[in-house]
Amino acid sequence: MKQTKKSFDVGNWLIPAIAVIIAMAIAGVMMKLQGADPVGAYKTLFTTSFGSAKGFSATLGKATPLVLVGLAVTIGLRAGLFNIGAQGQLISGALGTAWAGYTFTGLPSYIHLPIAIAFGMFFGAFVGFIAGALKAYRGVHEVITTIMLNSIIMGLSDYLVVYHFREPGQLLTRTSEIQKSARLPFLFGLPFGFFIAIALAVLAWWVMANTTSGFRFETVGRNKFAAWYAGISVKRTLVTAMIISGGIAGLGGAIETLGVTYRFEPAFNAGLGFDGITIALLGRAHPLGIIPGAILIGGMRAGASNMQFVAGVATELVDLLMALILFFVTAPLVTRFFKNSTSKSVTGGWGN
Amino acid sequence: MSDLLEITGLTKQFPGVLANDDISLSVKAGEVVALLGENGAGKSTLVKAVFGLIKPDKGEIKISGNVMAYGDTAGVIAAGVGMVHQHFQLVPVMSVTENIILGDEPRKAFFIDRKSAREQVLALSERYGLEVDPDAIVEDLPVGMQQRVEILKALRKDVKLLILDEPTAVLTPLEIDELLGVIRNLANSGVGIVLITHKLHEVMEVADRVLVLRGGKAIGFTSPKESDEAGLAQMMVGRSVILRVDKTPAKPGKPALEIRGLQVLDDRKLLSVKGVDLIVHHGEILGVAGVEGNGQREMVEAICGMRHRTAGQVLVDGELTKDMHPHSVHAAGISHIPEDREKHGLVASYTIADNLVLNQFDREPFAKGWVRNISQVTSNADQVVEEFDIRTPSAQNLASSLSGGNKQKVVVARELSEDLKVLVAAQPTRGVDVGSIEFIHNQLIAARDRGAAVLLVSAELDEILSLSDRVAVMSGGKIVAIVDSKNADRNYIGRLMAGMKS
Repeated sequence: MKQTKKSFDVGNWLIPAIAVIIAMAIAGVMMKLQGADPVGAYKTLFTTSFGSAKGFSATLGKATPLVLVGLAVTIGLRAGLFNIGAQGQLISGALGTAWAGYTFTGLPSYIHLPIAIAFGMFFGAFVGFIAGALKAYRGVHEVITTIMLNSIIMGLSDYLVVYHFREPGQLLTRTSEIQKSARLPFLFGLPFGFFIAIALAVLAWWVMANTTSGFRFETVGRNKFAAWYAGISVKRTLVTAMIISGGIAGLGGAIETLGVTYRFEPAFNAGLGFDGITIALLGRAHPLGIIPGAILIGGMRAGASNMQFVAGVATELVDLLMALILFFVTAPLVTRFFKNSTSKSVTGGWGN
Repeated sequence: MSDLLEITGLTKQFPGVLANDDISLSVKAGEVVALLGENGAGKSTLVKAVFGLIKPDKGEIKISGNVMAYGDTAGVIAAGVGMVHQHFQLVPVMSVTENIILGDEPRKAFFIDRKSAREQVLALSERYGLEVDPDAIVEDLPVGMQQRVEILKALRKDVKLLILDEPTAVLTPLEIDELLGVIRNLANSGVGIVLITHKLHEVMEVADRVLVLRGGKAIGFTSPKESDEAGLAQMMVGRSVILRVDKTPAKPGKPALEIRGLQVLDDRKLLSVKGVDLIVHHGEILGVAGVEGNGQREMVEAICGMRHRTAGQVLVDGELTKDMHPHSVHAAGISHIPEDREKHGLVASYTIADNLVLNQFDREPFAKGWVRNISQVTSNADQVVEEFDIRTPSAQNLASSLSGGNKQKVVVARELSEDLKVLVAAQPTRGVDVGSIEFIHNQLIAARDRGAAVLLVSAELDEILSLSDRVAVMSGGKIVAIVDSKNADRNYIGRLMAGMKS
């Protein structure tokens, strides 16, 4: 008789916490080797991002798309899908939203914003749908298709911005700026998008834990044979999961466009989708667990340049930290050591 | 000359199961010995012990007169024991030659000597009369040919004793005939053969001697000369466990489940259910007896919407069920205890409570519209755990924490907790402890007495005979006879199971 455990509990926070601590220790040693002061660097990093209202607001701004892509990957993992394509879905969403943001004019904000957001979610969802349908009806593994779709979307979005959507008279490859009516406001000095992201994460948690649709997702993710036996349409569930996952990633791109960048520029969003994988694993594929993970990593991203300025540590340190965190979260050795199990991966068998 | 393989008094106890109970067996050169038994009879435990993969509690294994130690798998292989696995150990994208030499490649400096490799394969193929194309890519070959490659691979290391594990499970009838010929030829060339199977006619055709295993015990040696298929079937299914079931005579009502002209393909796309007609009435248990692999699984899956029907109809209370989806079949009133509870019956990482509503989670009272009613799920679970005596500290524990018998109780409880019309129970007590078997049997009878029609499919003849009101015998994808269980004669049923006309 093992632990008493609900099907949908908060999960084990110990491994992520230890992963972060070990990653920071190793990164600290590397800073020391470079002749920098790790304690000072970390202090600067975190006082910049969490020490002031302004800094915290910036942190939440950085964390917003991370919550969403983390959530996108999490939804996939819950249904047994490893969505590596959050990056492509996010870019599709960002471009769609930017187009809607600068093309429609003369709309009031309360109409323009939802339309622009809907564009982003639609394109993200569509890209997710392609991978989901290929998985469900043709048996093509989603890791393959989403990786390939990432490349296709990158190329396609570059092409579109260079030849069709480029700001008139602009030498840089970027779209026009979105209308003022499509800009996301600030609420209590905090970016509005962050509230959307948190609300969605809470909603996702509630849906997964309390609704029949959530139960379908979970069942397919944990044992698709039993799901089929129990009368659940596995194929439809897989496609739906990819549509929702892609839609949420697309929303991440939309909010980034409407609240931060105000336009689409190909290099702007690089890597956000991949951070989502780290965050989803750090949050142990729990819709609420990803929030602290996203804020932590958002804070590191927000404080990185000041850390470079004050402590002389390159901003790439944050990438190093992310890589180390990902490594230790997924490293089976760590998992085995603390969970005393040999067969379970960090996602508890999801996503393979 | 000493025997190739000599096993004396082998005993192996696993937690809760005596897998091998004092088994002795010897195999001489040039002899084909069949190990016959149902799933779970202890055949694979025995073979694993020969390879040193499990440590016997008692007993001794000698190969060519030398005692083999536990863990010395390499020594066993070096002594000339080869194995052909049921699931081929081949690399599909590589050629026949590459597959056969894999692991011990002839080399020239740092490179594989492809020329001599090819010659080796051709020589091997000629020596044993097993024709293969050394350059063909394995995945392009038919299954029977792939198996030939597997056999050649095993023979390459100068094998004296070859063990074949359920070699015909994946073959077509024609390929089976060819394989049996190959086995005979190998034996004639001096190789000792152990053939693991539960198919009677193969044993009759090719074996010199037969060891029948049942429930870990050696029931006895016989040979095709001394016995016939009916005799083998009876030894295999046995009468060891006399299961007492108290039941009143059935009071059959109207037909509940009607199956008309059902035809179903198996995984190899061969017709395995060849036109089955059955009627099960309300308030009766119809048992389907048969040696496994005669279409029972495919029939059950087709009735329950998990497998496509190529022809035929399934009616519940006179109404046609919609084809093809477990959901609609379930909605029509058919409950299903699946044969493979780990794969289909349970989600191991869910709580017992969630598993108890696995196919009712989206219905009243467990859900209202889109929202699940978790408190109903919990109270249902507490009640069922109590009622079905599921041994667990809490219904909120994971299903994976339960023993086999208690897992099966969860499945049975779920399928019975509804107001059901038809219950299809496939191997409802497989791998279940005796106490749970009795409990499950009583539950099936209680369901019958409440008016359900029960279609019971089991490989255990005892179970069929003690539970059923009528017995249908299935053989070769057809129902060959239906008899009243009161005047069911075990020998007669055994002969029918073996595919003989009365």
